[in-house]
Amino acid sequence: MTDTIASGTEVPISAAGNPIGFGRMLRKEDARFLRGKGHFLDDVQLPGMLYGAILRSPHAHAKINSIDISAAQAHPKVRAVITGEVLATLKLAWMPTLSGDVQAVLATDKVRFQGQEVAFVVAEDRYAARDALELIEVDYELLPPVVDACRALDADAAVIRTDLEGRTDNHIYDWEAGDAAACEAVFARPDVVVAKADLLYPRSHPSPMETCGSVASMDKVTGKLTCWITSQAPHAHRTVYALVAGLPEHKIQVISPDIGGGFGNKVPVYPGYVCVVVASIVTGAPVKWVEDRSENLMTTGFARDYHMHGEIAATPEGKILALRTHTIADHGAFNAVAQPTKFPAGFFHIFTGSYDLEAAHCKVTAVYTNKAPGGVAYACSFRITEAVYFVERMVDILAHDLKMDPAEIRMKNLIQPDQFPYTTKTGWEYDSGDYPLTLQTTLDAAGYKALRAEQAEERARYERTGEGTLMGIGLSFFTEGVGAGPRNQMDILGLGMADGCELRIHPTGKAVIRLSVQTQGQGHETTFAQIVAHELGLPPEDVEVVHGDTDQTPFGLGTYGSRSTPVSGAAAAVVSQRVREKARIVAAAALECSPEDLEWTPGRWQVKGSPTHGRTIQQIALLAHSNLELPEGVEGHLDASAVYNPPNLTYPYGAYLCVVDVDPGTGGVKVRRFVATDDCGPRINPMIVEGQIHGGLAEGIGMALMQVIAFDESGNCLGGSFMDYLLPTARECPSWETHTTVTPSPHHPLGCKGVGESATVGSPPAVVNAVIDALAPFGVRHADMPLNPAQVWLAMQGRPVRTDLAFT
Amino acid sequence: MQVTMTINGTEISREVEPRLLLVHFLRDHLGLTGTHWGCDTSNCGMCVVTMDGVLVKSCTVLTAMAGGREIGTVEGMERDGVLDPVQEGFMQEHGLQCGFCTPAMMLTARALLDATPDPTVGEIREAICGTTCRCTGYENIVRAVQWAAEHPAREEVTA
Repeated sequence: MTDTIASGTEVPISAAGNPIGFGRMLRKEDARFLRGKGHFLDDVQLPGMLYGAILRSPHAHAKINSIDISAAQAHPKVRAVITGEVLATLKLAWMPTLSGDVQAVLATDKVRFQGQEVAFVVAEDRYAARDALELIEVDYELLPPVVDACRALDADAAVIRTDLEGRTDNHIYDWEAGDAAACEAVFARPDVVVAKADLLYPRSHPSPMETCGSVASMDKVTGKLTCWITSQAPHAHRTVYALVAGLPEHKIQVISPDIGGGFGNKVPVYPGYVCVVVASIVTGAPVKWVEDRSENLMTTGFARDYHMHGEIAATPEGKILALRTHTIADHGAFNAVAQPTKFPAGFFHIFTGSYDLEAAHCKVTAVYTNKAPGGVAYACSFRITEAVYFVERMVDILAHDLKMDPAEIRMKNLIQPDQFPYTTKTGWEYDSGDYPLTLQTTLDAAGYKALRAEQAEERARYERTGEGTLMGIGLSFFTEGVGAGPRNQMDILGLGMADGCELRIHPTGKAVIRLSVQTQGQGHETTFAQIVAHELGLPPEDVEVVHGDTDQTPFGLGTYGSRSTPVSGAAAAVVSQRVREKARIVAAAALECSPEDLEWTPGRWQVKGSPTHGRTIQQIALLAHSNLELPEGVEGHLDASAVYNPPNLTYPYGAYLCVVDVDPGTGGVKVRRFVATDDCGPRINPMIVEGQIHGGLAEGIGMALMQVIAFDESGNCLGGSFMDYLLPTARECPSWETHTTVTPSPHHPLGCKGVGESATVGSPPAVVNAVIDALAPFGVRHADMPLNPAQVWLAMQGRPVRTDLAFT
Repeated sequence: MQVTMTINGTEISREVEPRLLLVHFLRDHLGLTGTHWGCDTSNCGMCVVTMDGVLVKSCTVLTAMAGGREIGTVEGMERDGVLDPVQEGFMQEHGLQCGFCTPAMMLTARALLDATPDPTVGEIREAICGTTCRCTGYENIVRAVQWAAEHPAREEVTA
């Protein structure tokens, strides 16, 4: 398949050799990164700047009897020590979370997870700040921790949230979608086959290579607070700051500089961010705080932690009829997930995936545990990662029980092209797709039949000789839902998920576009310039993209959930089209004709039937700022603004195939091949899109085989450093084999769908399905992630373990 | 204590605390912020620089240990306005996204190509596995190093 552009027109090339519109273009932002001139949070240096460090709890659950800060205060380089007691006088000891709960900024009554923030030290350099932490004495009284989410609601479980009046248990919510009765009716039919399984998507952490941090500078004269924050959502953060701290919003400037990877880790507001603001106010100096890696892994937005009981019903021939789950969601000590208010379990109820079913029912029970708060992060599209893993494992388990081929059972049940727009049994309206084509593209590219034949030979050899590796082939087919809102359905803290955009063409025909979203490596400075170029025929190098500074950009909810292209990309197209229409009026005035007499060719309005009579967009820009007489009601200049409120999500999808070789002696897994076909509609910059897919595929290998944040019975975090929390390197990753199908979204102005999280959502089940397939000779039906050598080896012995606990 | 070293060809002398890590000396004292920091345990490889031509993780080197040595950082890769072929390769093959691991990856690639001008894919993957990247899935980094191997001469700047 080849890439197409939405309009289907030829793409002219600019003087610099770049496409005027869609196509491969080298990134504009690379120039600074290649020279070490990126400007990341920790690169911010201000005169007189002080450094903060956080004292954290060594215990998972303990009462605080007293905190003695006197020795720390006496340190010659320490300028302030802030405790919860100090914050309480400012009404800042607690802050609202993005899910309607409250979270301790600095603990006052007790600590509720290991690593929780207890005190904030401000010193003249970063080493002195760390030294002073050692001088603080905290008297803790240990309380029994709640570590196992599945036992958090037991009658004898300690109550974690004693701060909430009337709390007698650790229950947060029960949430349901679908039709339980209709589902039960299907499961009760005498002729159906039912497969059941308990699946854990363990706690994982996005761990971007740059940790989180903030610099705050309060100007006491002007009353203006400037905050540099590692933020994927600078405008949302500014509004939250105004609401939390009671500061006037017009006096807050949030700057999100270059971000060293986000993946959802940089969406929430963390206690450290609040502490630097207070510290700057208290000391009268700018204050920087950057967390270390253990702080990042142990305390900031983790992902998943879903304990999913699943049941799937099908005919004996493998036609899937119904799917249901009851899931226990571990939210940690505070309910601080970031997702649309209406959907407390995120988009998990999209769990019927890519299949046409008769009935579905989903129930999620969320609980508090003595662990760090979070749950929605890590390129998860608001928990579609969990949903896709669930359905793709359940389908494979059904195929296992029915002794059917995993490709055959998927092909038999996929939603068909003529069923779009397709409304699922839990209420999602999928916009467009040709699923069988995409699955077939992957099967053909991988040589599926030949792979199965090779596997049969290898298995026969292994059974004969007991030597060699075990080959496994795993498939997944995922449907994503990205680009939240619409705003009347989706909000965070009441802020509707619609995004603004402003475009101005300068008199000489150069442009500046201002975005509400913020790149963390996605290449917005290039892609958004290409969108303007596509719509206006300007060279993309003539378009400056401004983002990441609330004083310079219009309001919007930011970059997460793969929403930049579906929402802000649409906004950029709309403002460009508005500028184009305004340019038409100006050109008509200059050519002394009616606007209706003009036709658009890329970069130029010209008289229909007389192409030599026309004006380029650059000429029109100058005319718009000139003394040219314009029609009544038409203001001069050439600019436009828009707020894009998406009518629906966009639904990218894909078919992935993974081939692994398992060493039966060690349990070690080697990923031999990974074939990925993605359909995200037209690709504005195919190079950038493919790069994002590569990254997501690597994350899938990490989650499936390596990464887990587990806990021991005392609530100690066992994934608190890169010695224990293992990330995939170049050695664990194969050369990705990527393929493309193109099905435009009918409701996006450019036909584009989001893609940033597709591969992270789709790849883990492909890897897990491959490993379980490899272990078929040992009778393995399921084992939870991560499938590290120990877990694989135990699965081969028939006793896979719960990977989230260091005890059973 | 007084420490003197050569950084990207220029001799530098400073008074520092004996415990100061080289990564913080480069970043906080000299403003050479192209060298990044990413973990506490010498695992992530964000802070890779060269010391007397050998790759080191500057979070695990005391500034004092660098006394009298020659340190190379990303800021020294471009010479007379011309990019190193490795830098050019990373741009041509989209070997970077957020840009945070890029300096370390590029210095690693340069050291590899100096020792092995025509490396295999396996050798490239082995060489760069001390630095973690969360964005690229490594494929385009491998291609970037291959591009540099195929274009060993410095070319005119295109970025």
